[in-house]
Amino acid sequence: MCLFFYFRDRKEWADLEPVPQDDGPNPVVKIAYSEKFTDVFDMFRALLKNDEKSERAFALTAEAIELNAANYTVWHYRRVLLQALDKDLREEMKYITAIIEDQPKNYQVWHHRRMVVEWLNDPSEELQFVAEILSQDAKNYHAWQHRQWVMQEYKLWDGELEYVEELLEEDVRNNSAWNQRHFVISHTSGYSDSAILEREVQYTLKQIKKAPHNESAWNYLNGILQDGGLSSYPGLLEQVTELQDTCSSPYLTAFLVDLYEDALETNSSSYDQQETLNKALELCKLLAEEKDTIRREYWNYVSRSLQNTEYITDMLQV
Amino acid sequence: CLSLLSESDDGNFILQGTQVKDVVIKPEAPNTLLLDKHADYIAAYGSKKDDYEYTLSEYLRMSGIYWGLTVMDLMGQLSRMNREEIIEFIKSCQHDCGGISASTGHDPHLLYTLSAVQILSLYDSINVIDVDKVVDYVKGLQQEDGSFAGDKWGEIDTRFSFCAVATLALLGKLDVINMDKAVGFVLSCMNFDGGFGCRPGSESHAGQIYCCTGFLSITGQLHQVNADLLGWWLCERQLPSGGLNGRPEKLPDVCYSWWVLASLKIIGRIHWIDKAKLRSFILACQDEETGGFADRPGDMVDPFHTLFGVAGLSLLGDEQIKPVNPVFCMPEDVLQRIGLQPDLLN
Repeated sequence: MCLFFYFRDRKEWADLEPVPQDDGPNPVVKIAYSEKFTDVFDMFRALLKNDEKSERAFALTAEAIELNAANYTVWHYRRVLLQALDKDLREEMKYITAIIEDQPKNYQVWHHRRMVVEWLNDPSEELQFVAEILSQDAKNYHAWQHRQWVMQEYKLWDGELEYVEELLEEDVRNNSAWNQRHFVISHTSGYSDSAILEREVQYTLKQIKKAPHNESAWNYLNGILQDGGLSSYPGLLEQVTELQDTCSSPYLTAFLVDLYEDALETNSSSYDQQETLNKALELCKLLAEEKDTIRREYWNYVSRSLQNTEYITDMLQV
Repeated sequence: CLSLLSESDDGNFILQGTQVKDVVIKPEAPNTLLLDKHADYIAAYGSKKDDYEYTLSEYLRMSGIYWGLTVMDLMGQLSRMNREEIIEFIKSCQHDCGGISASTGHDPHLLYTLSAVQILSLYDSINVIDVDKVVDYVKGLQQEDGSFAGDKWGEIDTRFSFCAVATLALLGKLDVINMDKAVGFVLSCMNFDGGFGCRPGSESHAGQIYCCTGFLSITGQLHQVNADLLGWWLCERQLPSGGLNGRPEKLPDVCYSWWVLASLKIIGRIHWIDKAKLRSFILACQDEETGGFADRPGDMVDPFHTLFGVAGLSLLGDEQIKPVNPVFCMPEDVLQRIGLQPDLLN
């Protein structure tokens, strides 16, 4: 449907060659776009007002979306029309696929896709599609939400751990991928099996060796060991200390502080309490004064906490 | 570690080698607060109603007005805005179902219902709309599992849990929803790193964390947060430039200076941020010519980033700006007038 019949297309003006305004490309484009925008949306408002449910209304929503895909009212109207006109939802999947590829960082387009998938009750294209979008931006928050929804709703867990590993091979600092790793394992095997936990610990340490300055990997390691306690995990202190020579980072030092703190809090017999406290305080000082000065207030807080807790009193009473 | 600087599209630099994704603030970047310029920028924004960018953002107009009014009030310049016109506009945006839309001719949504209620609170004119119907609308969006949809189309997000309780708190009607379930849902979005995402399992994200800590503050449930763990995750958002990002390995953005900082204030750990460095980042995001703040130094300004830049500076203690409430992102004096003092942790 032709809504703006540009002068250059009108036969009465055919003898003239248009002369673009010499303001540079942007203002001219902007002005033309503005006029088309007003034109399309004036028409949209008219259709909405009359609550018109027709093919031309449906076609207009596509024009409106092209001009402003964030306009949620247009998407609502399109969904109402999809149902009222009993439109082909497979065609709609093709349509929303193209829109998302063009504008992947928009809430409305992803929600629309989810609705169409629900109406079709067919998730068969989803994982492939999201993988494609993630290949352009591996951290797209909307894409990951959609992926998680599809997997949970339709129980599509197979192969996801492998997919996560591929992404981490490409970028070991991809926080979304680490989060997904936790998501998959939590919903499938869980972490309570010690063989699985050990697999994850070793996998994470391996990634840390590749890139020691990686917040996500350290957060993951900390996260999966929270329940069991860092200080009691067999061999962990040794493996982490070993990394200090080649892979030092503020995250490694912070992890050691957390580990020592855990040893003190649980009054672990495997650790000399006084020596552990001294080591922990030394590391806090190193971080506050040298390695992570921007967070010195945090490290001073940890230092004070370590010195002010029950186990200190216990120690003094011995 | 080798430090390699490469130039990004916007003329800032990205620090590589140490693999810290960040910007480098140029020496000529603004370093004083240009409040008058920002007030002029906001006062003039939207005066040219046929401006393309203004037209393009019609679908969020109610929030745009909230951002503009709030920042003007924080700067003591609210009187420059057109109160009568705005109140009439809001009245025209309430639908039969009680919900409020972003603009005339748009559909109602929880996001714009909150913005409208915030604006009317600023103007002490809440009764120009049908309050009972707003309450019904919000209540009707709560789902079986305690979550809230944004509108009748059913998108679920912890942002909407926040919008729901913030709206009801401003109207003094928190008791209409199923509080236990609402809290239960938000807590189910707490992740292994102490943060929160938009739905259970979603990656921790500073924007979502602001919504969830704000929610837990309003509902009196802050004790359920692991404040040390979350506080550490939040202060890890601070990059060498002083700016804050929204999640690991992302660039800093002035709006995260609000989402992260307000969250830290709510959980009592705002001092874990290097305030001087953050302040210099925020100031560098100003545009000396046009006024306003951009997401990062050198980019184009907009009202959204202008509010969060100024609000962030207020939280950091700038005395030229009114104190801002970290939960509602509204001037404290407005909340005092309403009698709302949501909990904060020590």
